[in-house]
Amino acid sequence: MNFNIYDFTGFVNSIKQWLNSVFPPAVADITGFVIIGICFLTFITLLGLSLVYIERKVCAFFQQRLGPMRVGFWGTAQTVADIIKLIFKEPLIAKGSDKFLFNLAAFIVIVAPFMAIAAVPFAKGLHVLDFDIGLFFITAVSSIGVTGILLAGWSSNNKYSLIGAMRSGAQIVSYELSVVLSLLTIIVLTGSLQLSAIIESQRDGWWIFKGNIPAIIAFFIFIIASTAESNRGPFDMAEAESELTAGFHTEYSGIKFAYFFLAEYINLFIIAAVGATVFFGGWMPLHIGNFEFFNKIMDFIPPIIWFFGKIAALIFLIMWFKWTFPRLRIDQLLTLEWKYLLPINLVNLLMMSVVALNGWHF
Amino acid sequence: MINEEANTAVENKPETQEYFINMGPQHPSTHGVLRLMLTLDGEIIKKVEPHLGFIHRSIEKMCEKDSYQQIVHLTDRMDYLSCHMNNEAVCLCVEQGLQLEIPERVKVIRTIISELTRLSSHQLWWGVMGMDLGAITTFLYGFRDREMITDIFEETCGARLTMNYNVPGGLMFDIHPNFQKRTKDFITYFKKKLPEYDDLLSNNVIFTERTKGIGMLSKEDAISYGVTGPSGRASGFSCDVRKHFPYSAYDRVDFREIIYTEGDCYARYRARIDEMHESMKIIEQLIDNIPEGDYKAKTKAVIKLPEGEYYQRVETARGELGVYVVSDNKKSPYRLKFRSPGFSNLSALNIMAKGDKIADLVATMSTLDLVIPDIDR
Amino acid sequence: MGLKKYISDIFYGVKSLITGMKVTGHYFVRPKEIITQQYPENRESLKMFDRFRGEVVLIHDENNMHKCTGCSACELACPNGSIEIISDKVIDPETGKSTKVIDKFVYHLSMCTFCNLCILSCPTDAIKMAQNFEHSVFDRSELTKVLNKPGSKIMPGIR
Ligand code: SF4
Ligand code: SF4
Repeated sequence: MNFNIYDFTGFVNSIKQWLNSVFPPAVADITGFVIIGICFLTFITLLGLSLVYIERKVCAFFQQRLGPMRVGFWGTAQTVADIIKLIFKEPLIAKGSDKFLFNLAAFIVIVAPFMAIAAVPFAKGLHVLDFDIGLFFITAVSSIGVTGILLAGWSSNNKYSLIGAMRSGAQIVSYELSVVLSLLTIIVLTGSLQLSAIIESQRDGWWIFKGNIPAIIAFFIFIIASTAESNRGPFDMAEAESELTAGFHTEYSGIKFAYFFLAEYINLFIIAAVGATVFFGGWMPLHIGNFEFFNKIMDFIPPIIWFFGKIAALIFLIMWFKWTFPRLRIDQLLTLEWKYLLPINLVNLLMMSVVALNGWHF
Repeated sequence: MINEEANTAVENKPETQEYFINMGPQHPSTHGVLRLMLTLDGEIIKKVEPHLGFIHRSIEKMCEKDSYQQIVHLTDRMDYLSCHMNNEAVCLCVEQGLQLEIPERVKVIRTIISELTRLSSHQLWWGVMGMDLGAITTFLYGFRDREMITDIFEETCGARLTMNYNVPGGLMFDIHPNFQKRTKDFITYFKKKLPEYDDLLSNNVIFTERTKGIGMLSKEDAISYGVTGPSGRASGFSCDVRKHFPYSAYDRVDFREIIYTEGDCYARYRARIDEMHESMKIIEQLIDNIPEGDYKAKTKAVIKLPEGEYYQRVETARGELGVYVVSDNKKSPYRLKFRSPGFSNLSALNIMAKGDKIADLVATMSTLDLVIPDIDR
Repeated sequence: MGLKKYISDIFYGVKSLITGMKVTGHYFVRPKEIITQQYPENRESLKMFDRFRGEVVLIHDENNMHKCTGCSACELACPNGSIEIISDKVIDPETGKSTKVIDKFVYHLSMCTFCNLCILSCPTDAIKMAQNFEHSVFDRSELTKVLNKPGSKIMPGIR
């Protein structure tokens, strides 16, 4: 077993070989799938728990509070306790609701980010699905979640839920456009949708630095639009607790509510992962052109730390938005998209093409 | 930046149906047990019908059996955010009936504490306003600053919210020796914090877009519905009792009556923020000039108002509070009626919110600064 | 045309948003300025102001003597009927006159609104407000208290 923190290819391959040597090929494949599945399940649970904790702490510090402090050291076990509570709660189903769709919605919402996270490259060689339409796959799959939200709102037999669901439908459909277009701006430079290729193309510097002004504009549009797409504040119209009590998940309780909650945080992670991969080089350390010495020092930090560091920074930014700004109104949200983000995005894409054609980027 | 043109009428609309939504009695943004029946067309509000009575405690009826000293403490429970002004209104009314000469010291202290109460009420309102619009952090900041005022109250009056510091004829006790220092410290502190309020909300583009041109109330409507306080003044209705019918020490301080003419949510918001500046100005003028003297005029143990009718109005943080006492020379009033600002302000909600969206209704309600126990009593 | 306005709108919009983020960011990096406290842990250092009205108590001195004459002025002053004075008539052995002595000073904490009127009305300053604020109990009947300690007597010379 050759475990190397800088390159997981050898490690993964040796596990594969070992499986193949012990089991017949078909069984080996299935065992491999199961191992990966278990890894992801554990990872997602831990991720959800820690993100909820982090969010609560970050929010508390923005608000000059301490946040959870009681369970565990500095409240670290608070979210575990919350989850245990949610598991033991009675899953209520509202009277007159469509039971099948009501239950289905919670699963759709959680399945979408599970699928998307498979394509996220964590470090060199630590990458489950690396095919040539990786970016396309993530954006496509992660928007399945909106069906879950729509179903949840529709089947709850609650007018607040319905309004929330309709809002989020309109919102996600429009912001999807901006997210994809802003990613496309960088794809113009990379020429590939494969995530590993995108990362590889940033070996001599990240696109946000190399891509000139259009890349920076694209990044800002991406971060705004993806915050909106994940239904987070200041774009949390679908929940809007002061208007719609809790929007689409008003009627959910117990573990099904936890699914909605978890899905929101995993979506947050995926957004940050995509942003980090496309604009900040994924797990690629900070390299500047051919400054060999500087690049060597940067290489010393393991890629996995680079990756999670970038993600943490982006998630922090998104949380910062949420805990500072008031919520937009639904029509303002759509105006922002169709009158501001989309036109700017299109112009930006054109600019980027010109930059790419003339080779003005670095 | 983002203007509202998205909902211009679409030709050949498919037929739609209006529907009802019950907003409240348990709803995060009604701030209490207020029930609003909304008639909606999609997200557009057609009609708002407030239904009251969920927190009715028959305070007016209870007053008919209580002595005048006891009535004062009941008014704490009406508009709990401007409890000192409510107390003051009753006390002034009783003093007017008894034709008592009130020591100057009492007048000045009452004015200072009234203005502190107004400040604390507006701070809380500011925090809640932000929270209603989705900026939860403002809530904590508002409470942070309010905490200093409640500390002052706790030290001097003995309670943080329902202080009951007034008694007919004066004050319950003299001010605490630390009172002046603490108040001055607070003013210096809050002068630094108030610009933060502007940075977080007032100038924020999302906030201005959500409040400008929303919940319009014309001057005529404000007058005919009796909308007073900052809400009425934001529609251009000059109704500040402190200016027009000065009581306590308001005749000797220099302050500006805040009047805006726009009549939208943003004007109401600005009116309150500006009022905080004015309140600080009033406190600054008085805090160093508290005259020496008694903290209470001599009154009999059992107060009986001479037969007749008495009316006294004060400016609370929400508007004009009127106390109307009919006395038949007994130890408790024959009838006592409160003209509460919240009730009249709420009555104008329908014309303000009509045609706006649900999200706008929340903003409009926040800028009206409703306190439900004040409406229901 | 509007293009200039369009761009300046965006510029000022973004600027106002960044100003807002500066405020929250300012507090994020200053954990020293945190205002909330950890309540049961800071019990030792938590001192209420001496005027704070927590509950009504009858003052007893070290000889288990109090100053209450049983005049019921506080009972009458209370708007909520939270004080009940149950008094006895006792014949004074020396003078032979019958005097009023409190048997029980019953105080219903659950009905008290902490208005301070009873304290103001007491002619002998026998009662005062204590600063204790932790009143939660598991049984409501525990909130009805008898304030005079068993065996306590009225101080001599009060009447
Ligand atoms: S404080 Fe007020 S309510 Fe409480 S016992 Fe005294 S008079 Fe009654
Ligand atoms: S406490 Fe004071 S007012 Fe009450 S009965 Fe005793 S002496 Fe009278």
